[in-house]
Amino acid sequence: MEERTARLTEYAETAPVNRIEWGDRKIGVITSSTSYQYTKEVFGDGCSVLKLGMVNPLPVRIIKEFAAHVEKLVVIEELDPIIENHCRALGLEVTGKDALPMIDEFSQNLIAKALTGKAAESVSLDCPIPPRPPVMCAGCPHRGLFYTLAKNKCTVLGDIGCYTLGAVAPLSAMEMTLCMGASVSALHGFNKAGGRDAEQKTVAVIGDSTFMHSGMTGLANIAYNQTNSTVIILDNSITGMTGHQQNPTTGFNLRGDPAGKIDLEALCRAMGFERVRVVDPYDLRQCDAVIKEELAAEAPSVIISRRPCALLKYVKHKAPVRVNPDKCRGCKSCMRIGCPAISMKNGKAVIDNTLCVGCGVCTQLCAFGAFESSDGEEK
Amino acid sequence: METKNIMIVGVGGQGSLLASKLLGHLLLSQGYDVKVSEVHGMSQRGGSVVTYVRYGDKVYSPVIDLGEADYIVSFEILEAARWLPYLKKGGVIVTNTQQIDPMPVITGAAEYPAGLVEKMTAAGAKVDALDCLALAEQAGSAKAVNIVLLGRLSHYFDAPEEAWQSSLEAIVPAKFLEMNKKAFALGKAAGAI
Ligand SMILES: Cc1ncc(C[n+]2csc(CCOP(=O)(O)OP(=O)(O)O)c2C)c(N)n1
Ligand code: SF4
Repeated sequence: MEERTARLTEYAETAPVNRIEWGDRKIGVITSSTSYQYTKEVFGDGCSVLKLGMVNPLPVRIIKEFAAHVEKLVVIEELDPIIENHCRALGLEVTGKDALPMIDEFSQNLIAKALTGKAAESVSLDCPIPPRPPVMCAGCPHRGLFYTLAKNKCTVLGDIGCYTLGAVAPLSAMEMTLCMGASVSALHGFNKAGGRDAEQKTVAVIGDSTFMHSGMTGLANIAYNQTNSTVIILDNSITGMTGHQQNPTTGFNLRGDPAGKIDLEALCRAMGFERVRVVDPYDLRQCDAVIKEELAAEAPSVIISRRPCALLKYVKHKAPVRVNPDKCRGCKSCMRIGCPAISMKNGKAVIDNTLCVGCGVCTQLCAFGAFESSDGEEK
Repeated sequence: METKNIMIVGVGGQGSLLASKLLGHLLLSQGYDVKVSEVHGMSQRGGSVVTYVRYGDKVYSPVIDLGEADYIVSFEILEAARWLPYLKKGGVIVTNTQQIDPMPVITGAAEYPAGLVEKMTAAGAKVDALDCLALAEQAGSAKAVNIVLLGRLSHYFDAPEEAWQSSLEAIVPAKFLEMNKKAFALGKAAGAI
């Protein structure tokens, strides 16, 4: 290993990825990766640049030679002063974190302002611009399940995926998200600490993909160390958030070819869960009943909320629903699910036909039967 | 030539990625050094999205910073206003006039600001606003808003009509080509300010 490092150190001195681009020698910049692009953007040939394509081990001889031929040495690197500290250790005088920030990404304006005092001017409006956070798609299978959790005032320990958007208003049905798989382990811990009270209202929600990645270990913990926890697997039969990759539960590999398919129900049973229930998240009454039963049960349970992601090509959608304005009383019950296809105009609910896929979740919320299925085209 | 900057902004799901791909293709065909950076969001629809297109003799940074955009091409009027601080002094905003309510507006937690075209003009931007959705529907699909916008944008470029047409042919799926060519023509015929 030591010998290898010595060879690498020597290689760094001659490697073509470490190169000097001579320009004006008043300023010499040592930089790497995207900071190089920003540096060139700001200075062009107005400075000399030592571009490091390999930052460990550093090419000491090249750095010393470069420093000897420029008037002022600057290190432009994001985050911690790694290259800068190495330069100082070599006895070189450098400008670095005294001028540039230690946190966040750089940009050309940031570098220009810090080192030249100038940056492009910009204008903005003085009226507030409402934010546009991402929302679950119209017809997303996660929506009905989160509505049910919110309605039952559950404490929801979340995980990473499209369903993390369950945290956003108006659903606001998630109290915690940490990292992939944490929901299940956290649930066990919460329930150990909180006892029966916690067990009766706390759930973990985790996507099928995240469950395969790191949810199973937590589930084994629940089965082995015994809490009456309720874990909800949101099985939309794909990895939604990152752009529709297959996963071990879908029956296809990353290339889309047939592959082994893990049966979630069988897996949970094999891990010791006797209570494994499957619900359709478009069916609010069923979701409500099953969640209530499993929270009350004095045994650990898994609820699989199963319906494919609304954006999958093979999913057939119904025609958009329609609001009968004579029946709508403007009570906003249907607004509680945070569907981007529903809004209120002049005190009545209106449906955006370009977005609505006729999932029917909203229709189950209207006490006045204002929703009608339209004769529009199926999608 | 100094590097020129175009920002394409809109709401997730409106087709801004195809627009940036087409623009990148066109600019490459004109012999420029081009960098296109898509800020890939999540699969879900509905968030604010932005793509940077930079071209010139030699392009370094892949992103556009505050006050640097020569053009902001916007699929939705609130998004044009959101990204306005990125516009260069005297820069042009080519925008669809369509309004899409974001969730805080839908839930009533925020208000959709009125008179945005006038406000942006007063702030010094040249605003070229057009009802692209109506023209896209006229061409045959609400999804062609992106191509209507590019037709409108083409007025600001030297590239010949044939170059735009061959980029359309190269990027748009064959099945939708005729419809998109119509959308481009409608956007272009609407003229520039
Ligand atoms: C450790 C780690 N690896 C990868 C990622 C990237 N990532 C974000 S969401 C996600 C999976 C989402 O899939 P799923 O749980 O099925 O939920 P869906 O989005 O389909 O609702 C991944 C892998 C991450 N956040 N953390
Ligand atoms: S991509 Fe699929 S899972 Fe994700 S929000 Fe949209 S419909 Fe839901």
